[in-house]
Amino acid sequence: MRAQHRYCMQDPSLEMTDRLLLEQIQPGSRVLDLGCGDGRLLARLREERGASVLGMEIDITQHHAAIARGVPVIQADLDEGLPDIPDGAFDYVVLSQTLQQVLHPKQLLEEMVRVAKKALVVVPNFGNWRIRLQVLKQGRAPVTEVLPYEWYNTPNLHLMSMHDFQDLMRLLGIEILQEIPIINHRAIEKAWLANLRAQHVLYVLQRPESPGKLQSSEHVSAGHSTPIPR
Amino acid sequence: MATQQELSETRQDSGVGIVQTRLATLFAPPNWLKLAGGGELGPIQVAYETYGALTPAKDNAIFICHALTGDAHAAGYYEDDDEKAKPGWWDDLIGPGRTLDTDKYYVICANVLGGCQGTTGPGSINPETNQSYRLGFPFITVGDIVEVHSALTKHLGIDQLLAVIGGSLGGMQVLEWATRFPDQLRGAICLASAAQLSAQGIAFNAVGRRAIKTDPEFKDGEYEVGAGPRYGLALARMIAHITYLSDQSIEMKFGRRLQDHDTFTYEMLPEVEFQVESYLHYQGKRFVERFDANSYLYLTRAMDYFDLLSQHGSLVNALGKTDARFLIASYDSDWLFTTTQSKEIVRALIECGKHVSFIELKSPFGHDSFLIEIEQLNKMITPFLEQAYSTCLAENKPAS
Repeated sequence: MRAQHRYCMQDPSLEMTDRLLLEQIQPGSRVLDLGCGDGRLLARLREERGASVLGMEIDITQHHAAIARGVPVIQADLDEGLPDIPDGAFDYVVLSQTLQQVLHPKQLLEEMVRVAKKALVVVPNFGNWRIRLQVLKQGRAPVTEVLPYEWYNTPNLHLMSMHDFQDLMRLLGIEILQEIPIINHRAIEKAWLANLRAQHVLYVLQRPESPGKLQSSEHVSAGHSTPIPR
Repeated sequence: MATQQELSETRQDSGVGIVQTRLATLFAPPNWLKLAGGGELGPIQVAYETYGALTPAKDNAIFICHALTGDAHAAGYYEDDDEKAKPGWWDDLIGPGRTLDTDKYYVICANVLGGCQGTTGPGSINPETNQSYRLGFPFITVGDIVEVHSALTKHLGIDQLLAVIGGSLGGMQVLEWATRFPDQLRGAICLASAAQLSAQGIAFNAVGRRAIKTDPEFKDGEYEVGAGPRYGLALARMIAHITYLSDQSIEMKFGRRLQDHDTFTYEMLPEVEFQVESYLHYQGKRFVERFDANSYLYLTRAMDYFDLLSQHGSLVNALGKTDARFLIASYDSDWLFTTTQSKEIVRALIECGKHVSFIELKSPFGHDSFLIEIEQLNKMITPFLEQAYSTCLAENKPAS
């Protein structure tokens, strides 16, 4: 059943993704994890980073599992946004391997930068060469290690390449502080031909100074700590 | 028919077995209870039951707050119960290996102040006049109720509770407890409840009270023991009972089925044509046998007045002082205490950075779900309590 697994897919890069996210989070922060599953990442954040945590999860079995880890967890459907989370209530909000599965990714991203100072988003990269090659060679919807579903049973509703994601951030006026391509289960910060090689990407996002204001592309690239390869 | 011996054996085997209600006398003058509505009250007798054993460290106590017409008898049977007697109202939840595991936890339940099942209320004798208080009983609030229960836990030698748990009016007490005595609880489990009663809830309470007060036998509350506004009280219960059910649960249970005939009788005076009517009449009748009309007036008013928001300016102010971890649950078919109301509490707790879990449980049984859906409660409360307790043990372990 699709709903059962929706917000916590099994993923070979899970451990590595968790570690990457952990490294991004300052000790003692307040962290919200959207689609937290059994609270695995949050439990580690609390123990290793002294973070104060909250998870959101739709699946009731995962919800119980999070409670069993002592992780506070709110049952909620991300397709309905984050109406119960007050503005700026968190330092970080995490959305790992989930954005592509929600109905309204644009609205959710806006909500994320509303509720937290920084947003950490891990997404599969549809620009990856294997996917491109499959589409080109076979003329079929691609099935890969990263996207292991047939077109008719995939939970992934919105697939994007790194360029697509960057475009959306520009449109929303959300600043990309960092863009970390994940290539063959390794994070490579300044990867050559990243959009061709990365299977996943970790984005560190920050809300704009004045919310809702559209920013020019020059402005977006001017504020970066790491340049975005295009 | 089961013999007396067989009967007592099954009862010993199930849950907590045979239990006793005990009485404590608190707030003996001059240590009166100062009431929120002004005035003082004392001495106050409290009827309570306990299940399981308190650890030497006194760290495993869980207090159950009952709903509007509940009592201290949350689990087990009494020695003198007849064969048809039902066990305590939350028996399925309490006992060895059950959700509130009496092999691990010490569980306390007490009748509320203003009640009529052993704790001082309008039906009790006023020691100053040697007469029943009746409507001379002072006005009480949810805060006063919690004051008395908090005093009871201290009387039992417990400084801090592992958890306070309750549904509906019981859930209001849980929230009040966290607000009034923020250091006295490590966990707060609030089911099908709200930080303030909705206008709709007040409206239904008003109709119930009107039913009682307009019964000729009410006599301004001065009715004699054993008499009283039976029809008015039964009517109040019938109305309230509808609010505890859901459209779906009434439909499932009764539908439009007729009670005694296969076709309509086309007669006006008999009150029972449909099965649902018969059921409501039965509920009303049973209620009159066990509940006092004056108590009903006092307790529904206490519920109407409950409003953590206006009392403390905001829910953040009210709940921000406690470090207790919260578990909040609502039911999707509950229209008396809605999910929106539970989420209001959750939102405030998130805003002040508290440890809070929330879930909207699916059930067809409306507001009554928290008394019925025991397996759902078990799945979330068991791990919640285990975590709260293991954290408690870890914190209190002497440094090695």
